[in-house]
Amino acid sequence: MVNQTYSLETDKDTLVNMYREMLLARRIDERMWLLNRSGNIPFVVSCQGQEVMQIAASFALNKEHDYILPYYRDVGIVLHFGMTTREIFLQAYAKAEDPNSGGRQMPGHFGQKKNKLVTGSSPVTTQVPHATGFALAAKMENKPSVAFVTMGEGSTNQGDFHEGINFAAVHKLPVIFMVENNKYAISVPYAKQVACENISDRAIGYGIKGIKVDGNDAFAVYGAVKEAHNRALNGEGPTLIEAVSYRLTPHSSDDDDSSYRSKDEVTSEKAKDGIEKFKNYLVDKGFLKDEDMEKLEAELKKEINDATEYAENAPYADASTLTNYVYGHKEEN
Amino acid sequence: MAVLTYIQAVNQALHEEMEQNNKVFVLGEDVGPKGGVFLATEGLYDKFGESRVIDTPLAESAIAGVGIGAAMYGMRPVAEMQFADFIMPAVNQIISEAARIRYRSNNDWTCPITIRAPYGGGIHGALYHSQSIEAIFANQPGLKVVMPSNPYDVKGLLKSAIRDEDPVLFLEHKRAYRLLKEEVPEEDYTVPIGKADIKRTGDDVTVITYGLCVHFAKQAAEKLEEEGISTEIVDLRTVYPLDQETIIQAASKTGKVLLVTEDNKEGSIIGEVSAIISENCLFDLDAPVRRLAGPEVPAMPYAPPLEKEFMMNPDKIENAIRELAEF
Repeated sequence: MVNQTYSLETDKDTLVNMYREMLLARRIDERMWLLNRSGNIPFVVSCQGQEVMQIAASFALNKEHDYILPYYRDVGIVLHFGMTTREIFLQAYAKAEDPNSGGRQMPGHFGQKKNKLVTGSSPVTTQVPHATGFALAAKMENKPSVAFVTMGEGSTNQGDFHEGINFAAVHKLPVIFMVENNKYAISVPYAKQVACENISDRAIGYGIKGIKVDGNDAFAVYGAVKEAHNRALNGEGPTLIEAVSYRLTPHSSDDDDSSYRSKDEVTSEKAKDGIEKFKNYLVDKGFLKDEDMEKLEAELKKEINDATEYAENAPYADASTLTNYVYGHKEEN
Repeated sequence: MAVLTYIQAVNQALHEEMEQNNKVFVLGEDVGPKGGVFLATEGLYDKFGESRVIDTPLAESAIAGVGIGAAMYGMRPVAEMQFADFIMPAVNQIISEAARIRYRSNNDWTCPITIRAPYGGGIHGALYHSQSIEAIFANQPGLKVVMPSNPYDVKGLLKSAIRDEDPVLFLEHKRAYRLLKEEVPEEDYTVPIGKADIKRTGDDVTVITYGLCVHFAKQAAEKLEEEGISTEIVDLRTVYPLDQETIIQAASKTGKVLLVTEDNKEGSIIGEVSAIISENCLFDLDAPVRRLAGPEVPAMPYAPPLEKEFMMNPDKIENAIRELAEF
């Protein structure tokens, strides 16, 4: 149950850890772009602009019990749930040691069973019914697990969004559906994706609670996910959360966003960057000092340098492994 | 030993597997108190309760997708598509997800789900309650497609499907549900997935088929025996991946091969069987491989003369065997 006296706002250690994870996700992503533009890795799909909501949501969940079904921008979430920086770079380089797929899938297709990170694919929103299935199974087994699933706002138009949420709602399953609304589905803006004002309003049609929060506000996201988590554990069913921020980069390394949005728009959104806002809060509270920042940046840089170097030098899967693990035949394993 | 119909064999396998393993559960439309529109899940709700016999919303992608999630968690879901014709909204979940989960995660995650669906015509079901849909799923490594022909195999193969570590699409011929009966052991037994079965031995012509057409082929073979034509019948049982060894042996044995399906000919399962034979049996063949299949129309019409014209039957098979024997 919730500790009623607990206040995230004054928990210095937790807040500093949150900041570290947000910043790590951002710095990893920035390095990925450098590696891509210098011809070292073929593809990047970015988390920039969504780190705050990802980390704040993660801190409201239970690492031991909850199942996480991330989508392709969730670098922050998978880091929090135990994927290492090195493993993220192994994925970017498609090396054999990549825990997500051994280099079989593109970057951003996360999955790591030991950390309850559920494998994902490229057709969007297929993970939504899966989350409902995890919650159904956990309920059948009387386990205190919640399924947490994320997706973009464009995904909310898919049939699987509707089918997965409706099923969870009917059976009052412990699922949290969090829409990371970054305002663009590649080039198509929100207004051309949906006619309703808020994605969270869609909850009404399923008879469940819908919450809209500023995705750049860590406290708001944390509070919403915590509330949803409590509802899930109390048998009150699923919650739909819409966290709004902005995609600060092009859709991917293969996209040129200047063809569909203005530089001014991007610049003005960058000024609202939630990571800066969160840092300023910590500085104002006296939780973070200039020298802490320098030390933290240096630590992260070293971690990322080491991970990059390791991944660069790691071997690819041998071509002879191409046919492994199609089925669970013993001779293949 | 009790005599069971094809559908009773389905039902018995479900009862037994749910009794033996509490991770096994069923989900689908009308599978609860009603026991399914064909009564495949009859009695399960009363015995195992609503938590393990789940009436779902009418939404096929969720039936498959929720089942897939539960399977990844470690359960053994048996999802029912009410008619194979309605599986189309779930194709993305079955092909993009279930079939690829082991491979794409490099063996980290697995998806041991069974998806049951009644297929096939001859029951006045018209275009959307009669289709054969197996070919859509028969080039998806990671997935297994099982299509039993008789009650004994139904029970043994469904148990194998539920116990399998990988996703299995289990297609039941709905006209066979009450048409076919035979003695089925009450004890626990399994029939292996991936193995074809010789349903009749013969020397003149080899018929290779699956599902209800096995029954029609047997009827044809019995009649032809009186004329002195001896027919070998291979029941594929698993149509993907195919049991190449048995196909090659049986084709080589007689040198004359008739392939039969109720599905449309072009792009069907038997086209692949024909390719296996042509790659492996050239010098053993005494006649061109012959395919007997449904016509190239989208699906089976409702009006009786049109439906009858579409459907496979013993006469069509008998004539084709005779022609091959005389070649």
